[in-house]
Amino acid sequence: MPEAATRPRWLVFGLLALGLALLPFLVDAGLGRSWVRLLDLALLYVMLALGLNIVVGYAGLLDLGYVAFYALGAYVYAWLASPHFGLHLPFWAILPLGAALAALFGVLLGAPTLRLRGDYLAIVTLGFGEIIRIFMNNLNAPVNITNGPQGINLIDPVRLAGMSLSQPHTLLGYTFTGAHLTYYLFLLFTLLVMFISMRLEDSRIGRAWVAIREDEIAAAATGINTRNLKLLAFAMGATFGGLAGGLFASFQGFISPESFNLMESIMILCMIVLGGMGHIPGVIFGAVLLTLLPEALRYTGDWQRNLFGQVYVDPADLRMLLFGLALVAVMLYRPAGLIPSARRRQEFADARE
Amino acid sequence: MDIFLQQLVNGLVLGSVYALVALGYTMVYGILELINFAHGEVTMMGAMVALAVIGALALAAPGVPGVLMLAAGLAVAIPVCVALGLLIERVAYRPLRHAPRLAPLITAIGVSIILQNVAMLIWGKQYIPFPAILPQGRHTFYGASITDVQIAILVLTVAIMLALILVVQKTRLGRAMRATAQSRQVASLMGVDVNRVIAATFAIGSALAAVAGIMVSAYYGLAHYYMGFLLGLKAFSAAVLGGIGNLGGAMLGGLLLGLIESFGAGYIGDLTGGFLGSHYQDVFAFFVLIAVLVFRPQGLLGARGVERA
Repeated sequence: MPEAATRPRWLVFGLLALGLALLPFLVDAGLGRSWVRLLDLALLYVMLALGLNIVVGYAGLLDLGYVAFYALGAYVYAWLASPHFGLHLPFWAILPLGAALAALFGVLLGAPTLRLRGDYLAIVTLGFGEIIRIFMNNLNAPVNITNGPQGINLIDPVRLAGMSLSQPHTLLGYTFTGAHLTYYLFLLFTLLVMFISMRLEDSRIGRAWVAIREDEIAAAATGINTRNLKLLAFAMGATFGGLAGGLFASFQGFISPESFNLMESIMILCMIVLGGMGHIPGVIFGAVLLTLLPEALRYTGDWQRNLFGQVYVDPADLRMLLFGLALVAVMLYRPAGLIPSARRRQEFADARE
Repeated sequence: MDIFLQQLVNGLVLGSVYALVALGYTMVYGILELINFAHGEVTMMGAMVALAVIGALALAAPGVPGVLMLAAGLAVAIPVCVALGLLIERVAYRPLRHAPRLAPLITAIGVSIILQNVAMLIWGKQYIPFPAILPQGRHTFYGASITDVQIAILVLTVAIMLALILVVQKTRLGRAMRATAQSRQVASLMGVDVNRVIAATFAIGSALAAVAGIMVSAYYGLAHYYMGFLLGLKAFSAAVLGGIGNLGGAMLGGLLLGLIESFGAGYIGDLTGGFLGSHYQDVFAFFVLIAVLVFRPQGLLGARGVERA
């Protein structure tokens, strides 16, 4: 939906780019270094949410096992760039490999589930996600492939032009920490994923996905190859998941099956539903919000001290409770999401009548 | 042979607990087409409340027979869970009845997180042991053994299921529930108070969850604020396996899942030549689930073509 731009486009883009480029420094100065790492994590979740958005938001296939693809990407990276197998391939060689393997698994999962709809699909994808996680947890015997629950350690950080993203570097008289540099790398990938998502949305493929989401039988009747397009949705979503997984492994330096449990899949789903399903700005907002909110809620200890003079409940215990309350409250007041697409807002208004 | 019998007993006991929880999922789904994700947490709450009551009683009046204490635990846990179920329905689901389908799913997840954390704040993060108040009798037959607790679980489950079938098939409320499940709109035109029927469904499901929660904690001998998650997941899988929305399906699915799990755990090592150990039992369960759904997408007892776009 191209809207008539009132301001010159280049100005908007320029300001946005400047803002994104300066963001880590502002955050660093305003909130502290640990928040820059959170920013990196938020970008990672934006990628994941955009990937899942293709499957759930565009094609309407409720996938509760999305984290499996994230795990695959991460493990491929860990296998090929850590002392675990003694391999240390460069990251630009591994990332596509992980993404491709994830895409393959996406198709493998998609193919037998083509006939399933709605909640049945949800439970099968959930089972798939759990199966992958359990294998990761147990494939340390008889041959040690995943190192079991201990996970894989000492994963190589990303090296770009000879500099490792885990150490600070001085450029033009300013010292960039690893977190800052990682931010720019992740931002690059996020923009790529965003760009692909945007182009897909208005393409023939994107419209076909929406048609399948709204009414699969009608879509098939109008000549849409629903089988191939559903498989494509799974594969595209999985590719982004695998990509994010590889980046996560390099960023964290350590992975274990615990990072890829069902709650993670559910969180990513919450991000897109809360933000506004099928709408890229909404999805991005949801991902950033849900990544930062639990951290921000750590400050409830200070609020308690200010309000009551002492800390009654450990903020670490309280924050997930508040998080749950926030999820419920937002959904009750904005059931179509915080930033819904025009189409969904319309659908919702129709359903109300 | 004794291993076979033993796994059969274990599987039936585990499966009947799954079935009780699965009934709660399937009844709500049948009427609202909503996955009540918080149902597993209601089960957990039932277990926790009952344990708190039993624990307090065991301290205050150590002479009271264990069965009475258990009854007291049930008598408190069931109303608490029913109230909880009604509250969840009223606050988190009813306002969203006309919202996009995924919106109530998110509130359900939110409610689960809230309940988990409330339980954690009240009872702490540690495992809570089930007090040793129940008879520890154990009977052996043909090389397999069954405890009194297991027998009680089986008998109670069968009784509850029969009662539920009676309610649904023979009473006015049951008829209203079946009518609402078929079409909410037409049912309300026929004079059925749909909101009341939905509330009743949540109440019955939550009461079953309370009983199931106590059974699980008695069976494993402990309770934990996080126990509802996996239990709910498996029970929901069981409901889908049997054909969601179908009461008989939930019972069959629950029993089957219990059997698959216990036989899977017992035999998976032999089947794969020792390559995969018993810690793959969940893989086995999910694999069977996927296989069944791929070949029979509507579940074992589900009717074909009832799904709505």
